[in-house]
Amino acid sequence: MEYKDYYAIMGVKRDATQDEIKRAYRKQARKYHPDVSKEKDAEKHFKEVGEAYEVLKDPEKRVAYDQLGANWKAGQDFQPPPDWEQGFVFHGGDFTSADAKQFSDFFETLYGRGGFTQGYSGQTFKGFQARGEDTHAKVMIDLEDAYLGATRTLTLKHTELGADGRPQLTERTLNVRIPKGVRQGQHVRLAKQGGAGIGKGAPGDLYLEIMFRPHKLYHVEGRDVYLDLPVAPWEAALGATVKIPTPEGTVDLKIPSGSSSGRKLRLKGRGIPGKRPGNYYVVIQIALPPADSETAKAAYRELKKTLPFDPRARLGV
Amino acid sequence: MTNDLLSLLTGEVLEEEVEMTLAELCRACQVSAEKMFELVDEGVVEPMGRDPEIWLFHGANVRRVRCALRLQNDLGVNIAGAALALELLEELEVMRERLKRIDD
Repeated sequence: MEYKDYYAIMGVKRDATQDEIKRAYRKQARKYHPDVSKEKDAEKHFKEVGEAYEVLKDPEKRVAYDQLGANWKAGQDFQPPPDWEQGFVFHGGDFTSADAKQFSDFFETLYGRGGFTQGYSGQTFKGFQARGEDTHAKVMIDLEDAYLGATRTLTLKHTELGADGRPQLTERTLNVRIPKGVRQGQHVRLAKQGGAGIGKGAPGDLYLEIMFRPHKLYHVEGRDVYLDLPVAPWEAALGATVKIPTPEGTVDLKIPSGSSSGRKLRLKGRGIPGKRPGNYYVVIQIALPPADSETAKAAYRELKKTLPFDPRARLGV
Repeated sequence: MTNDLLSLLTGEVLEEEVEMTLAELCRACQVSAEKMFELVDEGVVEPMGRDPEIWLFHGANVRRVRCALRLQNDLGVNIAGAALALELLEELEVMRERLKRIDD
């Protein structure tokens, strides 16, 4: 088991006052709160900070922790001294049971699960019941799946209380239907598919956040889908009918004559389907034929000669 | 919990078709009606309809409520502060999306 340096995690000195610890905790919690933070590993940091605060905010636990001495290094292999826990009494105090299951082995060894010792039998939760925790998972789908609907097989890891009252990691596999018309960032709620309840408590819910894999052709804004369409200068100038891809298959698109780069053509209702379907937008990008041969260069020179055109007319120079 | 490979689970898309009564929202969020009134007062959730008996909530509110309560518990902000944070987070999300597109 690894030693955890709660002071370093919290970013305070070992002689910090309780007020300083509280301030440091608030600061760290704001920075790493999973609802707020986009930091990498925010959730992991947040849990660490929460665990450190659980110990340092409680004078009883803090004194006991300090008793281990200041010479331990974070990550160092740790065994509690044999007479550990003798002479300390940990009260529930202002302990919140919120995420106690997520605390580290190090924490558990020092303070027992839930942060307080109730005898040493491990029978802590007898007769106790609580609703299972809600679990969250992300599901990556392709844009095409949103048009057609899809099924996904997910493997989820749960922390559950085993028969001996200790938390264990269990895996379960689910087959989930991803509904047609779902959009990036939406959440599918599967009632009672979250963590198991404790005692007679009901299971929690499972929330699946939908993420679109980046697509090589399209980009998505809400329910609208965009395609950048390269066209030749003469197609843009004279108009043309071209074949374009859509997530539902190839269609013919009429490009109006005199289209400039950036012009948006709308295919109404061809975006992500739903009660209010999105639109499919084709954004014209005029592609320049390379002047990489004598013939091509001659053609450009011919164009220059026959077409009086000043692209900078509006700049007034 | 058993491995249930055979059955296909179908959920509901919170942000889409789901409309909930006050009781349903309270149950889904595991909060009391009193707490929900407080959340409504501070604008964390907005019901449709005038009286609580006929209130309907959009499913997206499940996440707003849960997020607000987490912020309250973990960061010590009050409900009004959580409501503000939710609004700013939503704005931030829109801007991040826009920025991502520009960067691409």
